[in-house]
Amino acid sequence: MAPETKIATNTMTKDPILKVEHLSMRFGGLMAINDLSFEAYRGDITALIGPNGAGKTTVFNCVTGFYKPTMGMITMRQKAGKEFLLERMTDFEVNRDAKVARTFQNIRLFSGLTVLENLLVAQHNALMKASGYTVLGLLGMPAYKKAAAESIDIAKYWLEKANLIERADDPAGDLPYGAQRRLEIARAMCTGPEFLCLDEPAAGLNPRESLALNDLLRSIRNDSGTSILLIEHDMSVVMEISDHVVVLEYGQKISDGTPDHVKNDPKVIAAYLGVEDDEVEEVIEEIEVIAESEGPQGGTH
Amino acid sequence: MSITTNTNESAGGNLTARALREGIFAGIVALGLFVLFVGLETTQNIRNELVLNQRWGLLAIFVIIAAVGRFLTVAYFQPSMAARKAAASKTAVDTEESFFKRNFSKIAIAALLIYPPLMVMLFGVQGSLKWVDNFGIQILIYVMLAWGLNIVVGLAGLLDLGYVAFYAVGAYSYALLSQQFGFSFWLLLPLAGILAAFWGMILGFPVLRLKGDYLAIVTLAFGEIIRLVLINWTEVTRGTFGVSGIPKASVFGIWSFDVSAPNNFAKAFGLPMSSAYYKIFLFYLILALALLTAYVTIRLRRMPIGRAWEALREDEIACRSLGINTVTTKLTAFSIGAMFGGFAGSFFAVRQGFVSPESFVFLESAIILAIVVLGGMGSLVGIAVAAVVMVGGTELLREMTFLKAVFGPDFTPELYRMLIFGLAMVVVMVWKPRGFVGSREPTAFLRERKAVSGSFTKEGHG
Repeated sequence: MAPETKIATNTMTKDPILKVEHLSMRFGGLMAINDLSFEAYRGDITALIGPNGAGKTTVFNCVTGFYKPTMGMITMRQKAGKEFLLERMTDFEVNRDAKVARTFQNIRLFSGLTVLENLLVAQHNALMKASGYTVLGLLGMPAYKKAAAESIDIAKYWLEKANLIERADDPAGDLPYGAQRRLEIARAMCTGPEFLCLDEPAAGLNPRESLALNDLLRSIRNDSGTSILLIEHDMSVVMEISDHVVVLEYGQKISDGTPDHVKNDPKVIAAYLGVEDDEVEEVIEEIEVIAESEGPQGGTH
Repeated sequence: MSITTNTNESAGGNLTARALREGIFAGIVALGLFVLFVGLETTQNIRNELVLNQRWGLLAIFVIIAAVGRFLTVAYFQPSMAARKAAASKTAVDTEESFFKRNFSKIAIAALLIYPPLMVMLFGVQGSLKWVDNFGIQILIYVMLAWGLNIVVGLAGLLDLGYVAFYAVGAYSYALLSQQFGFSFWLLLPLAGILAAFWGMILGFPVLRLKGDYLAIVTLAFGEIIRLVLINWTEVTRGTFGVSGIPKASVFGIWSFDVSAPNNFAKAFGLPMSSAYYKIFLFYLILALALLTAYVTIRLRRMPIGRAWEALREDEIACRSLGINTVTTKLTAFSIGAMFGGFAGSFFAVRQGFVSPESFVFLESAIILAIVVLGGMGSLVGIAVAAVVMVGGTELLREMTFLKAVFGPDFTPELYRMLIFGLAMVVVMVWKPRGFVGSREPTAFLRERKAVSGSFTKEGHG
């Protein structure tokens, strides 16, 4: 798969890995998500963007089983064709059975465990099976020893990808912020997911770390074949790496398409810049002028 | 009180001047504080009149103590502490640990193995009883209990205030089953562990959805419920009278310690009759049980389940996001911890020959938990040291009869035991807030095994 040559307009013909249909989530009187439907395609990096409070993280929590949606259906289709209705599963089953992994907006590492141990914990279910639910492992069976050695190899692979191999034996809480973000992604990947949900992976990163993150995400998609859904505020990340962008505002989808399409969607511009409906046309013109003078870098900010 | 608390690193004269200044200042403050409290005493004279006694000498002593104390603190104590701290941080980086420190656990096990013969040599067969039983066995029971609780509190981060309930289940399982059915200790030991683990699960299922303080309160209640059941279910447990005449354990059925038995241990070896041999046997038994606990804990920590426990302590939500079933993970921690409590309980019944609900009060749970916290949550060595200090310390304080010479014949050191002990605990927690061993050994490493500082590990939230 060569991502650079792929034309994102053909997404309609692609195979959806995640299908969200008529999703609604109500917290008391607040409708955090209101009848949201979108699809994420296999092999794509799908970005979920929107102003603060638009309900992005709520969508995430519904997809990953941390919230039970009030209404709607979330279907995850694995490569092998097996389908899972995520809204009916609890959080750990979503990861264990449906192979959907996630990271958190505020990093949640096991700070008192070393970097390597963090990645080994992520392989819990595979190792539990290999250790015969601890019994065979306690007896020192060779099958478990082999699995344990393999798990360290997997951890090593991801440590190298995330450029953390030098810090493998340090406590996770001792890492700088950017490295913690990368470690959280590596840890999620160690669960062997088919679908990876990243909640603001670039938040708090400096531009250089942000670029490294782009490379990491691309290589995850290309080498592991894992599809990615990400929430992001950093438009340089979103526009650079995503194949497909879904824009939310007040819990509803206002735009859906390629980055270029979304960038020029008057509704999106209005949502971000907060203009009156009749001024939207003007804004679009302005943006086009800026885009022509600055090249493709001009985002919606 | 101190105007400039920052340690002054300039010339010594400057320091002395500052110390003098602060000393005088402290003296003035002490004078102001104590002039009315100490300097003047109000009493009644014989005609019921209020009389003011002036006690300037006593006041002077107070003021001098404050001033000199402050002077010494600023001039000598603080600089030496700062120097020691600086030296420690400098040397900690690359000092090779001493031989003793590196091989501490091996040396400790070897010392424990030769402990009973050594005591017999030093104090004679009968004289060794106190040292083997009151100190050795007593401490090892608590070591084992604390190691068992460590799985629940130290590794999985679940605050359990009712651990003694499982100890009670184990003790009564042995006491009742051995009397009712005449099963031997070696059959009932695993059975008691299984029953305790079973009760751990029964408690765990409804309770483990609670967190933190709520979990602690429910486990506390569970401990009390078990005790109250033992008191009130008199047909089975004989209530507060307890169960007495519990059969002794035998050396795998080969030698018995019953005086009347033909295969009596002392008779078989032609030794004089003494209960000391039984106690020495019990010492090695509890040592083996405690080491089993440690071995299983060490092995489990390197297994996925043990790592999941520690991950659970660090962050439960992250665990769930990684596909770990936190309920079963907590349940296993609870039931394995309970199992070791059950083993220790059945040993306790065999050692005492008598169990009653009084042995399983909340104070026991609190002491076991205090040992775990004092030792450093998760650290086996630290916990063992803490158990020696706590249990051995309180026992030693009984021996402080020489204090009678200091405080007069009315002084009973036993009464002050708990006071001294509480004070010592406060001091230790101020000095080492993370317990004796605050750092954590990683369970796997790529290049080198570096201990994880206690400032990164979390205590868990239930």
